[in-house]
Amino acid sequence: MEQIVGKQSIQFQRAAHILSAASVVGKKEGDGPLGKYFDKVGEEDGLFGCTSWEEAESNLQKEAVTLALEKAELEKWQLRMIYAGDLLAQTIASSFGIMGFHTPIYGLYGACSTMGEALSLSAMAVAGGYAPYVAAVTSSHFGSAEKEFRFPLGYGNQRPLSATWTVTGSGACILGTKGGKARIAGITTGKIVDYGFKDSLNMGACMAPAACDTIYQNLMDFNRLPEDYDKIITGDLGEVGQRILFDLMKEKGFDIEKQHMDCGIEIFDQNTQDTHAGGSGCGCAAVTFAAYILPKIEKGEWKRILFVPTGALLSKVSFNEGKSVPGIAQAVIIEHC
Amino acid sequence: MDAKQYEKYVKEKTPTHNLFLNMLGAFVSGGMICTLGQLILNICKNIGLDKEISGSWTSLILVLISVLLTGFNIYPKLAKWGGAGTLVPITGFANSVAAPAIEYQKEGQVFGIGCKIFTIAGPVILYGILTSSLLGLIYYFLHIWGIV
Repeated sequence: MEQIVGKQSIQFQRAAHILSAASVVGKKEGDGPLGKYFDKVGEEDGLFGCTSWEEAESNLQKEAVTLALEKAELEKWQLRMIYAGDLLAQTIASSFGIMGFHTPIYGLYGACSTMGEALSLSAMAVAGGYAPYVAAVTSSHFGSAEKEFRFPLGYGNQRPLSATWTVTGSGACILGTKGGKARIAGITTGKIVDYGFKDSLNMGACMAPAACDTIYQNLMDFNRLPEDYDKIITGDLGEVGQRILFDLMKEKGFDIEKQHMDCGIEIFDQNTQDTHAGGSGCGCAAVTFAAYILPKIEKGEWKRILFVPTGALLSKVSFNEGKSVPGIAQAVIIEHC
Repeated sequence: MDAKQYEKYVKEKTPTHNLFLNMLGAFVSGGMICTLGQLILNICKNIGLDKEISGSWTSLILVLISVLLTGFNIYPKLAKWGGAGTLVPITGFANSVAAPAIEYQKEGQVFGIGCKIFTIAGPVILYGILTSSLLGLIYYFLHIWGIV
């Protein structure tokens, strides 16, 4: 079987299996609509027993991987490699979080799409026969992300309705050659798509064109229709991004409204939790996948889904220098098995 | 779709805050802060302080209140509701200095608080001083030439 499919996709001959997944989140996420699905929910202060936001985020990653390993009944030395990423500069949350495992690691940055990137690379490593067990983990933290990209938490300002709320949480998956009830059948690697949009407080609009590009390419490469997926799940487009994605897909001749779901919209209740357009951050897609999506695939409720975490590629510097905010989306096909 | 078209299209699709409600919030919150200031000023004058010293006390007390409210995480909630009403008065300025001081405390006294305390208020201080200096200079020359 040819593994290289179309322009940007891979169909794995020996698909990597998802053996387990774990999620650790903050209090606000625990209070949200998906609250009961998470493995661990933190306290109100968001510090998880640490002294800074960054340290807390590292701790989230450590706990998520530890829990996922426990669920898969594996020891840390059995992991051949870890693919880890976060939103902080020089991805320090991953470095300090994973350091203690003494496991080979690849640090990743794909903004909020990082879980898609981590799962893609993990699946490739396992499918290629380079590792028996691999972990994919990403995290984000409201406090550290606000500090990194916006203002100190105590600063009083008004967020526009298009703004999203960074999820405090970390999700980890353990992949292996066999076992589990879900497998990564294929991937579509995303391109960076830039429509010249500059509003970093409307990230849904920055990322929707990239999501459209990757989903469309996936359908083309695999010669599929949206109906071939039980769900097409984007990372954190939010309410605004979702509307734009529907329009852009319709322009390309596909209606995905029936299949579409967005982790950012699912994770918070925007009416009671004051989160505006939805949740975001690379923890958003990761924890929603680990806690809510994967169990549904494992149970066979969904047979095949397209998981498409989305990222907005900006830094404080690029924003201040007047650059646009390009988007990226990584698609992963996950099937019940 | 080019950048301009996309921006226009996104604008149509993006919900915005109600301008009237925002202005009402700013009017009420700003008004309340100013009324509080007036109250402090009147009390100071009543206990016999002169006009200038009363003004200084008013500023000091408003700043103190704002810093305390920032520390207890109450000011961001007020600002969310009051918008410009809470940001434009001196209390907003105090909040913009106190918030980074709290946030960057973990990075140390020098590189944390020291370097970053004015990350938000810095431009106001820099351009405030620059503008006052320029205006002062203009006033000085106009005064020499006998125009004012």
